[in-house]
Amino acid sequence: MDKFTRLTAPAAPLNLANVDTDKIIPARFLKTIKRSGLGKSLFADMRYNADGSENPSFVLNQPKYRQAQILVAGDNFGCGSSREHAPWALLDFGIRCVIAPSFADIFHGNCFKNGILPIVLPADVCEQLMDDAAQGTNARLTIDLEKQVVVRPDGEEIHFEVDAFRKHCLLNGLDDIGLTLEHAAAIDAYEAKTPSWKPAINGV
Amino acid sequence: MSRTLFDKIWDAHVVDRLEDGTCVLYIDRHLVHEVTSPQAFEGLRLAGRKVRRVDETIAVVDHNIPTDADRLNGINEPESKLQIETLEANVAAFGVPYFPVSDARQGIVHVIGPEQGISLPGFTIVCGDSHTSTHGALGALAFGIGTSEVEHVLATQTLLQKPAKNMLVRVDGVLPPGCTGKDIVLAIIGKIGTAGGTGHVIEFGGEAIRALDMAGRLTVCNMSIEAGARAGLIAPDETTFEYIKGRPYAPKGADFEKAVAYWKTLPSDEGAHYDKVVVLNAAEIVPQVTWGTSPEAVIPITGTVPDPQAEPDEARRAQLQQMLRYMDLQPGQKIAGTKVDVVFIGSCTNSRIEDMRAAAAVAKGRHVAPGVRVLVVPGSGLVKAQAEAEGLAKIFTDAGFEWREAGCSMCLGMNPDKLTPGQRCASTSNRNFEGRQGPGGRTHLLSPAMAAAAAVTGVLTDARELV
Ligand code: SF4
Repeated sequence: MDKFTRLTAPAAPLNLANVDTDKIIPARFLKTIKRSGLGKSLFADMRYNADGSENPSFVLNQPKYRQAQILVAGDNFGCGSSREHAPWALLDFGIRCVIAPSFADIFHGNCFKNGILPIVLPADVCEQLMDDAAQGTNARLTIDLEKQVVVRPDGEEIHFEVDAFRKHCLLNGLDDIGLTLEHAAAIDAYEAKTPSWKPAINGV
Repeated sequence: MSRTLFDKIWDAHVVDRLEDGTCVLYIDRHLVHEVTSPQAFEGLRLAGRKVRRVDETIAVVDHNIPTDADRLNGINEPESKLQIETLEANVAAFGVPYFPVSDARQGIVHVIGPEQGISLPGFTIVCGDSHTSTHGALGALAFGIGTSEVEHVLATQTLLQKPAKNMLVRVDGVLPPGCTGKDIVLAIIGKIGTAGGTGHVIEFGGEAIRALDMAGRLTVCNMSIEAGARAGLIAPDETTFEYIKGRPYAPKGADFEKAVAYWKTLPSDEGAHYDKVVVLNAAEIVPQVTWGTSPEAVIPITGTVPDPQAEPDEARRAQLQQMLRYMDLQPGQKIAGTKVDVVFIGSCTNSRIEDMRAAAAVAKGRHVAPGVRVLVVPGSGLVKAQAEAEGLAKIFTDAGFEWREAGCSMCLGMNPDKLTPGQRCASTSNRNFEGRQGPGGRTHLLSPAMAAAAAVTGVLTDARELV
């Protein structure tokens, strides 16, 4: 997983609430067996017309947002399925940070596991950032994870909260599995106490 | 200290605790399917890791397997075929137990877990699918995970998690005739909204929940995620134990007695603390149907489509207007009488034998309305066989419904069962998002009896008028 430390980039405004995972990446694109290559299908149903051509009014098709690495979105972003294809698609497009008033739980967790920082900020603050984002490439936001601040184009710093453990993993690009395996002895001990009635799935 | 059902299951599975409160949580059952696992197995392979507990893991194909009878002769769609072949290669290489498509036990992962006795009370159960919440109906802590976590569980049989908050949804009173678990859960989502349970696990309790059979409970817990809760659970009781007894992978004999003794300790203690409590009166519930593109956009079948002008919040108003446009409905229009093109009876929400019976009770002696296509897709090969043995399949085919093989099918349109743009579908599934059942498709969520009523009348209909 790529580290996330500090990022300065244009932000794209997606002023919609309840952007679900079917919107982020429709199910028909889930048939891949790889993690990469999903960026072109990100937001496919909003981004492309029925004939496959680009919908010029969709935010990420506007020249000033093609290089966006930050997304400012509405409430309950990422609701719906557990598909990790959603963060994979965002990442493959180049998005490393999503800012919203709230996120759906599973999506929120999936972001951290893929080097994307989801930031929760109050709705009025998100609106200000949405306005900043509306200025396109002229107005870059800076995200400083170490200091836990979003820096607005005018220099104002906005503090955000992040889980200490997840912050540590993101800053260092740490793989959860490696961390958990440090607890292998505890897992062995736990398994040794398995109740006798617990069946095994054998002999399918 | 008094603890909730969730607290008890959680505490019993903490392997280790990190400084900041994150827990290494032991996982008892890991269900694997073809869509969210290929990248996880690939990760194991690259890191030279094994599956830690193949005897706590089970794999099945469901999401993109075709549901026509011809599927045993091979799958046409190259990407689906590759995904299924990849799963088969992975389970063989890593030694994971697997129900292939040729096995009568194959079916939707959330149907077969309970059906086989693989999902049990007090267990932690995960799967790379958000509707894993379904298994909570047995009194298990069951939730969906992403592919990175699938890999994590395969490698370590644990997850790194922080405890969720406790929420109680109590449904008091007696459910009126003609209403089902589906109507209860849709009414709950209508009340608390799709983010109402975010950050929480929901325990469903109260007289109306206790009175549900296991199929109804599975339906309720299935849609917890549609209320934003990662998990939903129901305290195990005699209904639960009776359901589990004798299932192939359930404990047997003296072990079963031991297990029941433990399971009886699980229900929430008197006075246990909930961070949030919501109460509904079952007697007020009327068969529900969604009108919009979010499960919270739900009304009684006797109701009318809401008018966005009545919504004070601007963003919310715009969203309602977009829903109406997408669904091609008018504000104030009666929802009953809306013409449908397709009816889908299936999905992990409503594809069990009880659901088949409810649909067949309405379909019996009737015929599909002209121009309507009806797909009935049982949740597993065993449900299919039982429905055939009970004569339900014959009722469906006599009525002009298609009787298909087990799988997710038109719930998410990954296999060939899809809506075409503009088509309107009465569906027993769980998500009505834009394009969920196929690009441009319009979904109305409802119960199996209501779906069958729409099938035979050609319009959204109050099923109570037909029985
Ligand atoms: S039936 Fe639908 S909701 Fe259930 S597991 Fe399959 S795709 Fe997911």
